[in-house]
Amino acid sequence: MLSDIAFWLLSVMLVGSALAVVLSKNLFHAVLWLALALTGTAGVFLLLNAEFLAAVQLLLYAGGVITIVVFAIVVTERLVGERLSQTSRGVASGGLVAAGLLWIIVNTLMQRPLPVTPLPQISDLTRVVGEQVLTTFVLPFELLALLMLAAMLGAIYFARPED
Amino acid sequence: MGLQAYLILAATVFCIGLFGVVTRRNTIGILLGIELMLNAVNINLVAFSHFNATATGLVFTLFTICITVSEAAIGLALVILLFRVRRTVMADHLDLLKG
Repeated sequence: MLSDIAFWLLSVMLVGSALAVVLSKNLFHAVLWLALALTGTAGVFLLLNAEFLAAVQLLLYAGGVITIVVFAIVVTERLVGERLSQTSRGVASGGLVAAGLLWIIVNTLMQRPLPVTPLPQISDLTRVVGEQVLTTFVLPFELLALLMLAAMLGAIYFARPED
Repeated sequence: MGLQAYLILAATVFCIGLFGVVTRRNTIGILLGIELMLNAVNINLVAFSHFNATATGLVFTLFTICITVSEAAIGLALVILLFRVRRTVMADHLDLLKG
């Protein structure tokens, strides 16, 4: 029962802050709302017994990504004043596309029999995740390391001073 | 709550993100929409993993989060580079390839 209440609270928080991200006129406010949405997602992960992922979500997303985005805003715009206000275009057609897609997905989900109660949970889930990363998924894991190195080098290359 | 509730929540957040991507004028605003969409997919993966009692979805989510962080770093580096060259981050003004 308590988890149902938590789910509804997190849903309202997540959907509300997501709407604020796409509708807020001030770009800096949109980033702060995104931080709230990512924190709400970490709460959903906690509700689904994925404590490790909730911690990763908070550290990498709510910590890392938000900081990078704020840096990008500081570099490209002034934090106060006219330039920070942003407008949207094609709100009606965009809303139609998004609502249509949502309708299709929800309709499909309603027609499928989906489990209501979870299967018996694995105990010590974080240990199982760690083992799987280093056994079954070791090749994607190493490729991921390569990707992150490439991303880091790329970001440094792009940000180099002009000569 | 059943699996359906989590999937519908994720679909809602995904569609809100899609709305942001197609309507925002500012390139950084578009990137924020993409972050929301990727985030919604993570909720799906973790929910399926929880209801099927496997750890595979969690491993996939871990990979998605890492890829998203790389994507954000590269995307924002490109935005800064674009700003340096064109002095604007508005997607409407970035029409150099338009014939």
